[in-house]
Amino acid sequence: MARKLLLEHDNKPGIQGLEGYRANGGYRSVEKALRTMSPEAVLEEVKKSGLRGRGGAGFPTGLKWSFMAKPPGVPRYLVVNADESEPGTFKDRYLMERIPHILIEGMITSSFALGANVSYIYIRGEYFYIYRILERAIEEARAAGWLGKNILGSGFDHDVHVQVGAGAYICGEETALLESLEGKRGNPRIKPPFPAVKGLYGCPTVVNNVETIAAVVPIVNDGGEEYAKIGIGKSTGTKLISAGGNINKPGVYEIDLGITCEEFLNSDEWCGGVQGRALKAVVPGGSSVPIIPAELYFKTAAGEARLMTYESLSDGGFATGSMLGSGGFYAYNDAQCIVRSTWNHTRFYAHESCGQCSPCREGTGWMEKVLHRIENGEGRLEDIDLLWDIQRKIEGNTICPLGDAAAWPVASAIRHFRDEFEYHVYHPQKVKDPKHFEKTPFVRKPKTVAA
Amino acid sequence: MASTIKAITTTEGVAPFRFSEAGLAECRRLIARYPAEQSKSALLPILHVAQSENDGWLSVHAMDAVAEVLGIQRIEVFEVASFYSMYNLHPVGTYHLEVCRTTPCMIRGADDLIAHLEKRLGIHVGETTKDGMFTLKGVECLGSCGTAPMLQCGAKYHENLTPEKADSLIEQLRAENKRQNYTDQ
Ligand SMILES: Cc1cc2nc3c(=O)[nH]c(=O)nc-3n(C[C@H](O)[C@H](O)[C@H](O)COP(=O)(O)O)c2cc1C
Ligand code: SF4
Ligand code: FES
Repeated sequence: MARKLLLEHDNKPGIQGLEGYRANGGYRSVEKALRTMSPEAVLEEVKKSGLRGRGGAGFPTGLKWSFMAKPPGVPRYLVVNADESEPGTFKDRYLMERIPHILIEGMITSSFALGANVSYIYIRGEYFYIYRILERAIEEARAAGWLGKNILGSGFDHDVHVQVGAGAYICGEETALLESLEGKRGNPRIKPPFPAVKGLYGCPTVVNNVETIAAVVPIVNDGGEEYAKIGIGKSTGTKLISAGGNINKPGVYEIDLGITCEEFLNSDEWCGGVQGRALKAVVPGGSSVPIIPAELYFKTAAGEARLMTYESLSDGGFATGSMLGSGGFYAYNDAQCIVRSTWNHTRFYAHESCGQCSPCREGTGWMEKVLHRIENGEGRLEDIDLLWDIQRKIEGNTICPLGDAAAWPVASAIRHFRDEFEYHVYHPQKVKDPKHFEKTPFVRKPKTVAA
Repeated sequence: MASTIKAITTTEGVAPFRFSEAGLAECRRLIARYPAEQSKSALLPILHVAQSENDGWLSVHAMDAVAEVLGIQRIEVFEVASFYSMYNLHPVGTYHLEVCRTTPCMIRGADDLIAHLEKRLGIHVGETTKDGMFTLKGVECLGSCGTAPMLQCGAKYHENLTPEKADSLIEQLRAENKRQNYTDQ
């Protein structure tokens, strides 16, 4: 059994409430930090832990915190990103639903380190029922003195509020999130200035994912060095993976970073193997990361066992690798069609583009149209090159990374599954049936990748 | 961008709107979460309150009432309401069935679920049944990919759906005949 730092108590009775949470050691990190540590010392532990942002980009959390500007007399904010709308990702939901207090505890301890007296949780609107759970947990924490003035007699004041969104993937991007929190449309801001200098209400702000802030609790309790003992290289600690697609046991799992991809997919402790048929492809970190064929999921191009770490999953770059991303893992069996999946991904990004930049706004819609016609047996061979061209022109040419996120699934699908796109063009009648690969799976010519 | 194709921007023939006392109290509770000069921050949650008190959609009257509560321009409210996909700018059925159609759900059978619901209700995605009972909508990943296929109705998630389960849900809702809102406790 692997260690669990976040989900250790997720099935304990009463863990959703303050009493049950306390009974299982909850709020110790607040006691430790406020009574025995300085804000700098807390930051130091987070740096030592090697913790990297769990929202998708994997940026070192301690480093991000150290960028927080500290102009005198200006309030600072911590904002927790609970927007969780990257397709395939449902780990924050699980954590907040089961153990809401771990998030609040992490926010108090983190805010102490950052010198923030107010923090906000921005939660996606569809999670309204979890918003209620958080509201109740905040009330409980306030009534018990974990929030408010002079917490534990330390002189540190802190309050937590929660704000609900209203359905917009882009509000997971941190500057769009801040706009939305200010009551505006979710249009990403041009950076710089970065939120650490000018964030919420123009004040220095740190935006972190739910899981990142929850991980601060075990880091402060046990020390950053202890945390860094788990994992490999720069991938330290544990990671929540939400697993879905054609696997036998979908769910949220806390893994030690560094287990093999093979073990994660096939072990009964985790995904329990592929449902029914052969594995075709994997999206390991949410819809924005490149899709990779089965053989490249198990082994890197150099023939080494692929590991569930930031580095190993991206080994080989986009030519043969992918990314750990948000930990939104989904597997495809051989009944699935990659063209259909790519069309669906693209439809998603076209729908969610905020519309500010022309390459993203126009490019996603255009790609969707082209993919739709290929999938429905009306494509031309040139369409494949056209798609390649459009995605290249979006990537890197937009205000926020949603443009890249829309380009990569298309690029990786063409890179690895070009013959399947061609099949659609050559066999228009066969692909008219939406379940065209259910009876006879498409057999891909595996590319020989140079070691 | 949220689809706003059917936004009703006229006030003609549309029922007037006033927040209930409880609704106004909720607005005040929400505004108190933000610094004094930043009450506009409460716009998104207050729009949810208005939508729930206006039969599940935001009429111009409802948006105007929100502008008044916050002391902001009416256009600022419309700008925001038209951006986010959970705000309905046109009337919806008693039950708004929002089926996730994004890739991870598609892999686990969302297309079949949508086809089944369309057949069962006799409508297409985006339409409302003649009796005004059900509106069917295709939405993006709801963070429920491990329990797919699924749909959301009001604040409730209905997960691991089969055609049989979807049918009994529809029967049950029809019998209850009571609107479900996101803001339901
Ligand atoms: C289009 C887009 C959507 C994003 N969605 C989310 C999200 O739902 N949740 C999240 O935590 N981060 C999301 N991010 C990443 C955030 O911008 C930001 O990097 C993150 O919240 C930082 O927290 P971390 O360092 O703790 O990961 C998204 C980024 C982009 C570009
Ligand atoms: S890349 Fe797309 S989502 Fe991001 S700011 Fe530009 S148009 Fe908006
Ligand atoms: S894809 Fe449907 S809930 Fe995530």
